[in-house]
Amino acid sequence: MSLLAEMNQKALNLGLPISVHLDITYRCNERCVHCYLDHDDHGEMTTAEIVDVLEQLADAGVFFLSLSGGEVLMRRDFFEIVERARKLLFNVKVKTNGVMIHEKEAVRLRQLGVEQVQISVYSHRPEVHDAITKLPGSLKRTIRAIRFLKSQGLKVAIANVLMAGNLSDQPGVIALAKELGVSYTLDPTITPKMDGDTSILALRIPGADLKQVFHNQELVGNVEEFCAPPPAPAEDVMDSFACSAGHTFCYISPYGDVFPCVQFPLPSGNVRRQKFLDIWNHSAQLKEVRSIRARDLPTCSTCAHVGTCTRCPGLAYMEGNMRGPSTADCEKSFQRTGIPSANMLKRTRAGSAGPLIQIQSLANSVQNDAFSAEENLVTA
Amino acid sequence: MAEKYISRSSAIAARMLGGEMMVMSAVDSTFFTLNEVASAIWQAADGRTPLSEIVAAKICQEFDVDRERAQRGADRFVDELSQHGILLVSGQPVEETDSSLSPESR
Repeated sequence: MSLLAEMNQKALNLGLPISVHLDITYRCNERCVHCYLDHDDHGEMTTAEIVDVLEQLADAGVFFLSLSGGEVLMRRDFFEIVERARKLLFNVKVKTNGVMIHEKEAVRLRQLGVEQVQISVYSHRPEVHDAITKLPGSLKRTIRAIRFLKSQGLKVAIANVLMAGNLSDQPGVIALAKELGVSYTLDPTITPKMDGDTSILALRIPGADLKQVFHNQELVGNVEEFCAPPPAPAEDVMDSFACSAGHTFCYISPYGDVFPCVQFPLPSGNVRRQKFLDIWNHSAQLKEVRSIRARDLPTCSTCAHVGTCTRCPGLAYMEGNMRGPSTADCEKSFQRTGIPSANMLKRTRAGSAGPLIQIQSLANSVQNDAFSAEENLVTA
Repeated sequence: MAEKYISRSSAIAARMLGGEMMVMSAVDSTFFTLNEVASAIWQAADGRTPLSEIVAAKICQEFDVDRERAQRGADRFVDELSQHGILLVSGQPVEETDSSLSPESR
């Protein structure tokens, strides 16, 4: 176990939030087609309120702080917030589109000792990237920002959200990251909008294409290992929980709302009305999230993937039940291994109009026994 | 032996976690956890108190350890963290800085 993993385990044992994602604004200068946010300002926290939250987070033991948005630089007090965060000795990661970063901003970020700047890039081609961000010239400005940040010696990561519309450009983005000397991460997850609107889910990568992504050695390393069928669940799997959301991590919105995660919009308190630690320690919602173990998941506990799935409880919550499956993760497990999840099998059965065993006339059928019916269920 | 004065770099992230101090360099991302004794030296690293005095007044008294052993351990600790720019070492007391610009250790 690495030292960092040990500290995470220690924070978990002590019930401490070691990591917080704070969105300081939802305003943005881009209008990305897949964005889940509403970009109007409904009353963001003031500088003083954010500083107060930062002090509370430091006192609560938070070490890793991600500042994100919206576009963080839409706030005029952005550097004041970062400066305060660094004075409080947080390990600060900034997520931005980079459009407003010039040399002066890059110098300031370096002076403040920001750990990493993560920048969204959707394609190496302006016509594709700019069509996604709906901001003409945005790729050019983003690449310029990366060069400024690199010239200051800052660690930069390109975050490549993959959708059906930019999937084929993914090798180009990797090449761009190499050329710029920055790291690359990809994310094929498109989440519903925070108001529950699921229309943007249509942008997700189709299953067959997702399979290609998971079988790309450059992206996943050892394909055989990554795509191996799930092993029989170990004894302690049923006692495990999905992720750090609500356990050692939480999300705070620009309005002070606290959620288990940015992808888990379960309102758990508000730092404008309550102290952060009161929310962290006493919120009924966070306590409920923390109480859930694999054995408590009606469908997923019966699934072959239970020990290896990347099931997101927040996406499950957005589908209607935080103890339910996250169908996007079922799809990932299936495309990765070729083995359908328990949820997929259940839905196929429920969705099938006819009986499990079907009798067809010999002329139209290759096989007509129960096995062929089951096979169809498996590969549907 | 020349006296050492140690101070904490501002190019770090740090937090106390269950009695241990987590420290990460913002320069090379090296990560350390400091046990109770090392954390005590860390907290006392104000740039004005000689390391030998920190050892005598804090370490030997609070942790019931003999002076020679404590000094050897403290020297090793300071050498290692200073190599990563986490602790700054000077042969002279560091002039008091504007506290509003100093990192706040919590």
